[in-house]
Amino acid sequence: MTEKKKHLVWPDLAFMEFLTAIALTIILIVWGLLANAPLLEIASPTRSENPSKAPWYFVGLQELLVYFDPWIAGVMIPAIIILCLMVIPYIDRDPHGSGEYTFSLRKLAIINFIFGFLMWLILIFIGYFLRGPNWQLYLPWESWEKVKELEENLWSLNPEIGLISLIIYFGLGMMMPKLIKKDFYKKCGFVRYVIIMLSILLMYFVPVKIFLRLVFNIKYVLVTPWFNI
Amino acid sequence: MKGKNLRNKITDSQIYKSVFRHTYTDTKENRTLQIKSNVFLHLHPVKIPSHAMKIRFTWCMGGITFFMFLVEVITGILLMFYYRPVPEYVYLDMKYLEFDVPFGIILRNLHRWAAHLMLVTIMLHMLRVFLTGSYKPPREFNWVIGVVLLVTTFLLSFTGYLLPWDQLAYWAITVGTNMIRAAPVIGHEGPFALLNKYNDVRFMILGGTEIGANALLRFYVLHIMALPAAAIIFMAVHFWRIRKDGGISRPL
Repeated sequence: MTEKKKHLVWPDLAFMEFLTAIALTIILIVWGLLANAPLLEIASPTRSENPSKAPWYFVGLQELLVYFDPWIAGVMIPAIIILCLMVIPYIDRDPHGSGEYTFSLRKLAIINFIFGFLMWLILIFIGYFLRGPNWQLYLPWESWEKVKELEENLWSLNPEIGLISLIIYFGLGMMMPKLIKKDFYKKCGFVRYVIIMLSILLMYFVPVKIFLRLVFNIKYVLVTPWFNI
Repeated sequence: MKGKNLRNKITDSQIYKSVFRHTYTDTKENRTLQIKSNVFLHLHPVKIPSHAMKIRFTWCMGGITFFMFLVEVITGILLMFYYRPVPEYVYLDMKYLEFDVPFGIILRNLHRWAAHLMLVTIMLHMLRVFLTGSYKPPREFNWVIGVVLLVTTFLLSFTGYLLPWDQLAYWAITVGTNMIRAAPVIGHEGPFALLNKYNDVRFMILGGTEIGANALLRFYVLHIMALPAAAIIFMAVHFWRIRKDGGISRPL
């Protein structure tokens, strides 16, 4: 563990950096020679593209528009992701596994982070490769010529039932670790515990909602006069 | 002999000595000075632990992200010579760049592909830093700065996406900015909206209710000036703090 061996940055590391820079330059130039950046016809506000896709790195959020209203998919979810990323060092106070690859010492942290990371990538993949006209699902071998129509056979839960199920989901979720693993709550303290559990529950709410929409055709879990979830 | 004399004359001169502070004979002292007396290289410490040299530990993703940023700056500056952010000219400039400017198309390709690559590498860098637990004390705040840089990179890419002013650009930014009008309170279609179409947050970003000349200019200024400046400042803090927080993370 206490490896004392040191390298001089000049020339050892500087040499590696130099080689990396050259290799990347070659890769970029070859890529630039082989593939041209896209340039379609001139922008026209009256002629919309179908489908209109966001840049690939935001297409995951656009994909979430199928399952959530825009204020959630486009505003709340990215804002919550950014906030959650920022608070990670302040809620994960476990000093184990600093500066090394370890799974056994940090199971909870790594499982949840990888889950979120993969979800982000999978949503991008679906939105970028599998969505065609009218934002319908087109497998790679299906032609976009035969445009699929929107099928809207959706229903929403009663406001009362919706509210109760949300309370059950978040309430039970909040209680669970406290009941099963008492020392986890003690180690975190109240504020940290609430933030950890809330961010984890919010993250898993996304696949839960996707599941409800795909399997039970549920549009909204909670309908209120002001907003729908 | 004459050549050597001339060489000594040059290296002994006041001008040479004012520029190059040390000789280049391969001694340990010179290897140290090479890092210490160079403003760019002194981002690095003189010595690093050997695990920091291992690709399987660092993935080299932070460094590659920085390199991509440099590529973006250089190609971006060159592209600016041919680009006017005015709806009447902008698409013609794009065509001019593609068909007339020597190496113009390659210049644009480099800018585009390096941008894509930068987004991939910055996400992988974040993943690596997470997996090695490198956000743990004393590096908490540097992780937060890293998140700021991540968001800045996304915004840089997003603002650049509109600039070609083609159908792809126009409708992608339409999709993106339409979500903003659903923002709670500050967007005119969001829950608890306080503002209307003409003064909400989307209007502020686009400089209008539609994507037009104002939006193009705003995205351009953000893309070439405001966001790169922010990125540079946060990068400076990010790199400086790596050193101040004890260098690259290592097992306790």
